[in-house]
Amino acid sequence: MSSATAEVQQHPLGVYFKVWVLLFVLSAFSYMVDYMQLQGLLRWGLVLLFMFLKAGFIIAIFMHMAWERLALVTAILVPPMCLLVFIAIMGVESEYTWISRMFHFLGGVAPELNLPVHH
Amino acid sequence: MSGVSTTLEPGMKGIAQDWSSDKDAFKNVSWGKTMMWIFLLSDTFIFSCFLIAYMTVRWSSPVPWPPTSEVFALTLFGQHIPLLLIAIMTFVLITSSGTMALAVNYGYRRNKKVAASLMLVTALLGLTFVGMQAFEWSKLISEGVRPWGNPMGAPQFGAIFFMVTGFHGFHVSIGVIYLTIVAIKVAKGHYEERGYGIVEITGLYWHFVDLVWVFIFAFFYLW
Repeated sequence: MSSATAEVQQHPLGVYFKVWVLLFVLSAFSYMVDYMQLQGLLRWGLVLLFMFLKAGFIIAIFMHMAWERLALVTAILVPPMCLLVFIAIMGVESEYTWISRMFHFLGGVAPELNLPVHH
Repeated sequence: MSGVSTTLEPGMKGIAQDWSSDKDAFKNVSWGKTMMWIFLLSDTFIFSCFLIAYMTVRWSSPVPWPPTSEVFALTLFGQHIPLLLIAIMTFVLITSSGTMALAVNYGYRRNKKVAASLMLVTALLGLTFVGMQAFEWSKLISEGVRPWGNPMGAPQFGAIFFMVTGFHGFHVSIGVIYLTIVAIKVAKGHYEERGYGIVEITGLYWHFVDLVWVFIFAFFYLW
């Protein structure tokens, strides 16, 4: 396909400036999460929220995904969903490795696991 | 429905129509842009493998992970500020993404002077980022962080740090070279006939590098 038929991604400059400012604010927020020493569920929740918002705005506006046809959007954004399965599998695997290490190498140093200790 | 439709359908009907149509599935998208997106998709899987490896290593470690907030703290004017350098690096990269987005816009306005200068500013910001990363690497190396161990905690920390940030820094460096070459060609007027889609394609690569940093920042530095 020649560039003559390719659609030109021309949008008002204001959109870019708004997203730019937004990315700055979101980055400042995620830095503040660390600076304020937030812990636990609140920390992870906010870190993930700001991360997904930033990623979303970069992909949608800066990379123009919001204006692309669904055929391209789905071809690019759907395949990475299988990573969720990969993350789940490796999450289970690492938990198992951790328990084995605690059990066999450290002789049950993790009392909260309540495992029978064999030496 | 009659045979050939001249207008492109939106939504789900559009997906079916685009994929079942002749010649190309991605309407209104140049081949260069399609190929860049497919490359970025493959790169997504590479970086995901790194980050998932990091998750696996960290969750399975019985030794505590080094406290990143402290490891990457800087003392400036007698003030101890956690993650300072990383925060500055994040802002530099976001700024560069902004100048890149503007470059794409000015490219399509056929204003090659402004487009080329904005691309060079983007490259310069990228170079700044890589410079700060080099500083961060030498600081950690001088503190005894090695791929096989470190004085702060889990020995895998060094391997993950050098691989993940190294691979990302490599992408930024390649991006700086790529941007400089395209900027020079834009300034010379090489795209006057073919159009300025190339600036958008280069932009896609650069925004992707910024995108990856968003995930590294969240998972590696803030976790």
